[in-house]
Amino acid sequence: MAHLLLRHRDIPDIGKMDVYEKNGGFEAFKKAVTKMKPQEVTDSVKASWLRGRGGAGFSTGLKWGFIPKDIWPHYVVANADESEPGTFKDREIMESNPFQFLEGVAIAAYATGANAAYIYLRGEFWPVAAILDEKIADMEKAGFLGDKLFGTDFSLRIYTHLGAGAYICGEETALLESIEGKRGQPRIRPPFPAVYGLYGKPTVVNNVETLTNVPLIVEKGSDWYKSLGTADSPGVKIFSLSGRVNQPGNYELPFGTTFRELIYNYGGGIIDGRPIKAIMAAGASSAMIVADDKALDTPMDYASVRALGADLGSASVIVIDDTVSLEWVISKTIHFFKHESCGKCTPCREGTYWMLHLIERIENGEKTKETVELLHSVARQMLNKNLCPLGDFSTMAVTTAIERFPADFEASAAGGEHG
Amino acid sequence: MAKMISLTIDGHPITVPEGTLIVNAAKQIGIDIPVFCYHPKMEPVGMCRQCLVEVGRPMIDRVTGQPVMEGDKPKIGFGPKLETACTTPISEGMVVLSQSDKAKASQKEILEFLLTSHPLDCPVCDKGGECPLQNLTMAHASPQSRFLFDEKHHAEKHVPLGDLIWLDRERCIQCARCIRFQDEIAGEPVLAFYQRGRATDIITNSEPGFDSVFSGNTTDICPVGALTTADFRFGARPWEMKAAASICAQCPVGCNVTLNTRREAKSGGKVVIKRVMPRQNEAVNEIWMCDKGRFAYHFTEDANRLAKPLVRKNGKLETASWKDAIEEIGKKVQGNKGEVVVLASGRLSNEDLFNLKQLADGLGGEALLYTHMGGGELTTSFGIPAGTNFSGMGKETTILVVASDLYNEAPLWFLRLKQAAERGATLIIANARETKLERYSKFAVRYSYGDEAETVSGLTKKNKIGEAITAAENLVVLYGSDGLGLDGSAAVAAACAELVKGRLGKPKNGLIGVWPRANDQGAWELGFQPADNLGKLLKGKTVYVVAADPAGDDPKLEAALKGAKFVAVQELFLTETAKLADVVLPAQAYTEREGSFTSGERRVQRFYPALPPRGETRADFAIIAAIAKELGLELEGRSASLVMDKLAASVKTFAGVTYRKLAETNEQWPIVGRGDLYYGGTTYENKQGLGVQLALNAPAPIPSISVEFLRPDEDQWLAVPITRLYDRGITVSTSELLRAHIGEATVLLHPETAKKLGVAAGGQVKVNGFRAEVRLDATVPASVALLPRGLGFPINAPAVAELKKA
Amino acid sequence: MLAEKYPEEVKKIFAKYPPEQKRSAVMPLLYLAQRDEGFVTKAALEDIAQMLDITSTDVAEIVGFYTLYHDEKAGKYRMQVCTDLPCALRGADKFLEELCGNLGVKVGETTPDGMVTVEAVMCLAGCDKAPMFQIQSPDGIAYHDNMTVDKTMELVAALRKSGKEVK
Ligand SMILES: Cc1cc2nc3c(=O)[nH]c(=O)nc-3n(C[C@H](O)[C@H](O)[C@H](O)COP(=O)(O)O)c2cc1C
Ligand code: SF4
Ligand code: FES
Repeated sequence: MAHLLLRHRDIPDIGKMDVYEKNGGFEAFKKAVTKMKPQEVTDSVKASWLRGRGGAGFSTGLKWGFIPKDIWPHYVVANADESEPGTFKDREIMESNPFQFLEGVAIAAYATGANAAYIYLRGEFWPVAAILDEKIADMEKAGFLGDKLFGTDFSLRIYTHLGAGAYICGEETALLESIEGKRGQPRIRPPFPAVYGLYGKPTVVNNVETLTNVPLIVEKGSDWYKSLGTADSPGVKIFSLSGRVNQPGNYELPFGTTFRELIYNYGGGIIDGRPIKAIMAAGASSAMIVADDKALDTPMDYASVRALGADLGSASVIVIDDTVSLEWVISKTIHFFKHESCGKCTPCREGTYWMLHLIERIENGEKTKETVELLHSVARQMLNKNLCPLGDFSTMAVTTAIERFPADFEASAAGGEHG
Repeated sequence: MAKMISLTIDGHPITVPEGTLIVNAAKQIGIDIPVFCYHPKMEPVGMCRQCLVEVGRPMIDRVTGQPVMEGDKPKIGFGPKLETACTTPISEGMVVLSQSDKAKASQKEILEFLLTSHPLDCPVCDKGGECPLQNLTMAHASPQSRFLFDEKHHAEKHVPLGDLIWLDRERCIQCARCIRFQDEIAGEPVLAFYQRGRATDIITNSEPGFDSVFSGNTTDICPVGALTTADFRFGARPWEMKAAASICAQCPVGCNVTLNTRREAKSGGKVVIKRVMPRQNEAVNEIWMCDKGRFAYHFTEDANRLAKPLVRKNGKLETASWKDAIEEIGKKVQGNKGEVVVLASGRLSNEDLFNLKQLADGLGGEALLYTHMGGGELTTSFGIPAGTNFSGMGKETTILVVASDLYNEAPLWFLRLKQAAERGATLIIANARETKLERYSKFAVRYSYGDEAETVSGLTKKNKIGEAITAAENLVVLYGSDGLGLDGSAAVAAACAELVKGRLGKPKNGLIGVWPRANDQGAWELGFQPADNLGKLLKGKTVYVVAADPAGDDPKLEAALKGAKFVAVQELFLTETAKLADVVLPAQAYTEREGSFTSGERRVQRFYPALPPRGETRADFAIIAAIAKELGLELEGRSASLVMDKLAASVKTFAGVTYRKLAETNEQWPIVGRGDLYYGGTTYENKQGLGVQLALNAPAPIPSISVEFLRPDEDQWLAVPITRLYDRGITVSTSELLRAHIGEATVLLHPETAKKLGVAAGGQVKVNGFRAEVRLDATVPASVALLPRGLGFPINAPAVAELKKA
Repeated sequence: MLAEKYPEEVKKIFAKYPPEQKRSAVMPLLYLAQRDEGFVTKAALEDIAQMLDITSTDVAEIVGFYTLYHDEKAGKYRMQVCTDLPCALRGADKFLEELCGNLGVKVGETTPDGMVTVEAVMCLAGCDKAPMFQIQSPDGIAYHDNMTVDKTMELVAALRKSGKEVK
């Protein structure tokens, strides 16, 4: 099947305005603005059962529907923070198929009554922001952005905003704080961004990939969209495959593709043909999936992965083979979360710090049952007490690695380096 | 009226207004849910996670939309996660469990997390004994830490954030209360977090460090010993100290405070004040106070305090007995009764002033108020009546501030007006220069010095401003003496009184004077008035100066006093005025005796003795009574409360005021003090009285006062007096900590003016021959030199001056 | 003063946000401020604070929170090698170690000529192209994907020669 999101793989130069237009570009946006009421656009997205690709998998149409009609102005914010270790799909979309994403932003703005949209890119995406700025300028020139679009009363401007190195800014309320010129620390919720978002105004926050789906739905209809993927998770998904596979990269596949297909058919199997050991399906925030046959044959959709005691999240599939010790893996994830904890709330700030000390002790040879148990207990103690999900994320790999791969934490097991 | 919601907390039913947070609902029925980051005066942030509780809500059937029943009761569904009591509003039928196994375990676990980084240096920590973290740890934490002590986070322990506040980075638990206080309440966001995660640290980048006059409050609400005052650091343990209720005597706000004292070897076995803490009075200062009030108390224990009466013999002041001193006064006054001039300041209590007035009246003499600000007779009749305070003000109120720099003159009013504005009150600021409060105003009116009264009179003619004034449901007008002397401020008062006169006696309406002293309002109420020709008045008279230092302030007054027939001075210190007196009487500081002040909001408030009196000092009212007796007059001198009884019987506005009444309290919100200091901070609960607001006098005729308009020539400047919070007054200059904030005699010039004079910031100029250091300030109007009062330059009213580069 | 030095850029930055939300400009302005020295000077903090009508403490907290802002001078080029889990699974740790050996510095250090500071950073969204790093320089940030030690040394040599970054 031809790519729906990574269309540049089929159509060279789709990142150029003329090529994009020649291939039906901006038809959906034009149709929405000139032929549909905002509510109809929202309804059609709702009916497609498009679920957010940022990790939580929440219905996009429902989210748009929460925007109140009595508080103005509204904002749309595209979440291009893409900082989950193992996730690199949004970067490819924005670098190579930028207009489809921008068209999605524009449609979302129309549907929710926003006249300004911000794209929040992680600071490292400096060159990507430069590309987008250029494309936004192209759109303004071509009359797809600006005042009174297509002769209607709808006006729209899109702006890029660069973060500056903080994973937590992917969390939507931290992201909004960051645009407001503050430290990227999550807000308490409720109120949710749909009611109290950017500058205290109703705001829709959507992931880049989510928004890139939107023009397709408007163009081809929700029924068509639902015919792809599974009932639980309709449509296609970009799986970012990384780790110990021969061909890491982004793979756009229907939901419901199995892990085995992704890893072996598309990813070319494990390096040196080694046995697969574990899978992290949602980047560093994942629970460890024991890569047995049952897991490998599990279809990748939200519900099925949950049944494995894990989450699909943003579908960043990190593959771990038998050369790798899980003790080393969680040392990496703990380092990550300790570095990225915003420090706002106690369990996450202190817990990641404590876990770091414990894993360092374990790595430095103090691999006693007590220390491992303490690590497990600290991680569990952090769970469900945090202000935002990051604190919980930081414990996922730790608890499940210790529970599901106990051998890797035994005194005799090789630790330290992987490989 | 807000909708009322019923719920149960730990089995206790309670009904509270919609929107109430669980933590506050619990507090109202005496359940203390532990908090660290939450503070009832600030927006909840849900950071520390200490307050996690189990929350159940009635379950609703998705299909029918009806509550699911369990027998005859709605079935309660509990979520998988605990919820923060500090951020979750109550809802109908909610069931909160703060004491369940799950909730308690969680509270204990959060505590364990906090303690992983905490140095546990309680034995040497200033907060020890009144530390929420310590108390909670004692109550809940496991005796043994699972965290290795060697792995503790290490950080700097003694970091001066400014010269008043110190930070111990290791003790900080990142609750952000201090940052949020500065941001939300003080409006001076000079504290922030640096870095993130475990590395998160408090910083300040301001010049000078922690540049805020409210900084001390952060040490009260810091739930650990991370922030301490330079003053109290290592000073004493909380449990060693006694507490005496008092009133801050630094400005007309009248903040309720508590003086903590102890006897100590270091001070030669004397009882000394160790610190000043705010005491709750929601109508006055809430639970806050400014740094001047907090740190400027050292004068009472200064070594130079007068301890014995002095009588001039052969040209020299020599120690004398009280008997001799009083007899000497009696002798000198006896033959000159009609010529007696009593000159007193608003530093004195109501009781002192009442007795003084009785004395002056009894002798047929004059009682004068020593002040640079007029108009007080208008605040006694057009002032605010009982039931008026800023905390209740919002949308329906317009507040006009004329010629006052509240940040410097009455910091707590600055804070409270800021909050009123944030609640929706219309704030109008009229001044010749920009002041800090203007940031929160809806309208700013700029006038030229000299145009004050005229500007005020013209306000109602301005479109929007006029409407905001005339159409407002409530109108409060504050006027001060920024750039004004006696006449000028009296003229402004008259113009302001015109604005409020139609609202006479209506609560939340009226005129407020931003007086230079704590009890100026009391002095006016008791019939004291200033004189603008004071110099002339003193010449050849028999003068009794109480709590004032005219000779120290102004060489002209010094000369006038030298020309007096006889001068008796009643004081704390051997001031310049005392030095030229014939008899000097040593008075007790207000911290050593009982009494009451009347605040600018016309609230009479009691202060209580905290220290034993110095040497042979006596209370002013008692000394006055003794002098009266010597002269054959009968005045009450036995106790302050008896004086108040007499006062209340003879001064109409005080009718009904008694010491007992002044000591009445009622429950205030938020509830502070009591068992859990983690909720409100270490602010003291008010058990000693909320005070009484005075009745109004019969309306006085509003005088029409014209003020000479000063027009400097080409090469002249207009020298204008302003008030700075920290001046050289005896109360400030005896505080070692604050001394650095006082600085030299300064003159504030617009950069352009300075350029014209050829001076730079820090350079020296001569103003009418007096040397002063130049500070540049772009808010100063051109060709005007602002001169802070009490910094060495004798200026009480605007004057044309010569400015020269020195 | 940024407004004088980069008037065009500053204007563009302010145009992005509603006029009453000036504070939003703090992050782009900080990037601009880093152009000169590679880090945010105290003077720049004050300058930005004035432009946005906030305190310099409020500006400083932003510098402290985000890792791409620096409060100290380092090499002209900050070579930020991702050693996070996915990259490490593809040899990033080893790459970094060898690279450091070749450059004669430890992680976090700057080459003696002041050109390159080597840093280890968290995931850069280039996991499939490991080993990879980004270079943060006064001109911005650029990715270098699928790198080897040799290729990197060539890049460093070119940087040293031209004083400019080449891809
Ligand atoms: C710690 C944390 C990091 C996150 N990072 C990202 C991210 O990098 N990109 C993203 O799109 N969503 C991220 N999210 C999810 C967002 O909060 C939010 O749910 C998402 O942007 C919503 O968009 P969607 O509904 O289109 O998925 C993160 C969430 C958390 C808690
Ligand atoms: S869970 Fe971690 S990242 Fe989230 S608010 Fe708390 S400290 Fe910050
Ligand atoms: S989270 Fe509720 S008190 Fe801190």
